[in-house]
Amino acid sequence: MKVINEFKMTVLSKSTNESFTRAAVSAFALQLDPTIDELSDIKTAVSEAVTNCIVHAYRESLGKIYITAQIRDDYSILIRIRDRGCGIDNIEQAMQPLFTTAGGERAGLGFAVMQSFMDSLKVRSKVGGGTSITMVKKISMRTNGNVSK
Amino acid sequence: MAVRIQQTGEVLSAYLSGELDHHTAKEMREQIDSALDLNMPTLLIIDFTDVGFMDSSGIGLVMGRYRKIAKAGASLHVTGTSPQIYKVMKLAGIERLARLEKGE
Repeated sequence: MKVINEFKMTVLSKSTNESFTRAAVSAFALQLDPTIDELSDIKTAVSEAVTNCIVHAYRESLGKIYITAQIRDDYSILIRIRDRGCGIDNIEQAMQPLFTTAGGERAGLGFAVMQSFMDSLKVRSKVGGGTSITMVKKISMRTNGNVSK
Repeated sequence: MAVRIQQTGEVLSAYLSGELDHHTAKEMREQIDSALDLNMPTLLIIDFTDVGFMDSSGIGLVMGRYRKIAKAGASLHVTGTSPQIYKVMKLAGIERLARLEKGE
């Protein structure tokens, strides 16, 4: 599979960057001419992943969130969101719907949303070393926008 | 103002607007809660017609308000949900706690 286009950005783990990052990634994804539903799925998944970095990985501290997005020649977008925060002790437990360590106002659905709205989700994490989330979304064949191989 | 509150008799309506994520949820939550603390209704309507985007932070907001009003025996309607918001609500099973309605 060939990467046709790529962008990388780094933002601080400030909650104002939740809306900025999902808008930036979805603007990049527009090159694949996704449907409104596909674009909403991407936006929602990115929002969950970035929120996890802010709420869980860095908690009360401020750190960097590294975002990479790739448009690939099979009309898919790969999105990687990485932090150098506290890491996840038990990934299986963290991915259980409704499990949260953040208390009453968090639903514990972040991973469930990423899993159900994207076509694949991989989570790698090391306690004390950070977490990396890689998700892929296939975009339906329509005109497929500006993707030139 | 992220939330417009309207009280008609025993019904409290909260009209949300803008984007609902972890960053904006706190203010919306506090505005609804202060209205509930002032006057507990028998029905709370949370309307999403003017919400352009919502992630699972919105589920936290709805579930938290449900827990608060259910203790007082009140019920909850979630209205005006866009296809994206409806999908997130369904994933969380909100229809088991509240009447869930799609927007126009």
